[in-house]
Amino acid sequence: MATYSDLALYVRLFMKGYPFSRYTIDPVPCAPLKKPLSHSRFALVTTAGFRLPEQEDFDHSIKKGDPSFREIPNTVDVATLIESHRSSSFDHSGVEADQNIAFPLDRFRELEQQGIIGALNHRHFSFMGSIVGPGALIEETAPRVARMLRDDGVDVAFLTPV
Amino acid sequence: MCIQTVGLVQAAIEREGIRTVSITLLREVTEIIRPPRALFANFRMGFPLGMPDHPKLQHKVIAAALELLDRNDVPVLAEFRG
Repeated sequence: MATYSDLALYVRLFMKGYPFSRYTIDPVPCAPLKKPLSHSRFALVTTAGFRLPEQEDFDHSIKKGDPSFREIPNTVDVATLIESHRSSSFDHSGVEADQNIAFPLDRFRELEQQGIIGALNHRHFSFMGSIVGPGALIEETAPRVARMLRDDGVDVAFLTPV
Repeated sequence: MCIQTVGLVQAAIEREGIRTVSITLLREVTEIIRPPRALFANFRMGFPLGMPDHPKLQHKVIAAALELLDRNDVPVLAEFRG
């Protein structure tokens, strides 16, 4: 069985050959900050592949990676989220012990209570980050989530990988 | 690939007029992808906010990321100094 360091080496070699520059963001968008954070509506977006127990799993058979997303209600008990990220390139023990490490909703609830942020949106979003062919993500699913957040009146999105 | 995916989703959201900030664990990838604002946290993959069940550290990382929301000189790639 491969050790974690062996996997990390494999990942490093894969990444060395991967054409990241094909997906360089240009121009880089810059949305206006309309309000102070204490009056802003926040949404979280994670690529840790979290889902609710009753939601369909991400499709691990798609070679390019599953570009779909799951809607996570703001009322969720974070500890019940299932992590279904397919990558073996990282140690999953952290997110298994505490989902907040990659979807810090409990921390943002504390910031909301303290008045540091204005409010949390009624929903958040989860992608499965292991997508080597991101065409459908770029063209379809990421813009769809963006429009949903816009329609919700979200001012700020906080994004975490895993 | 998670780091690339975050950056691509982030850009889509910012294009809809929503201010964004993200955490990255791989500086080299984020330098190429160029999301609007990212905080490089030098933790190992799988631990973007540092340590599980460590709210104090998680809050420090989040606070450092939220500070970047003031920045208009995109792309911004700052480093978490703890």
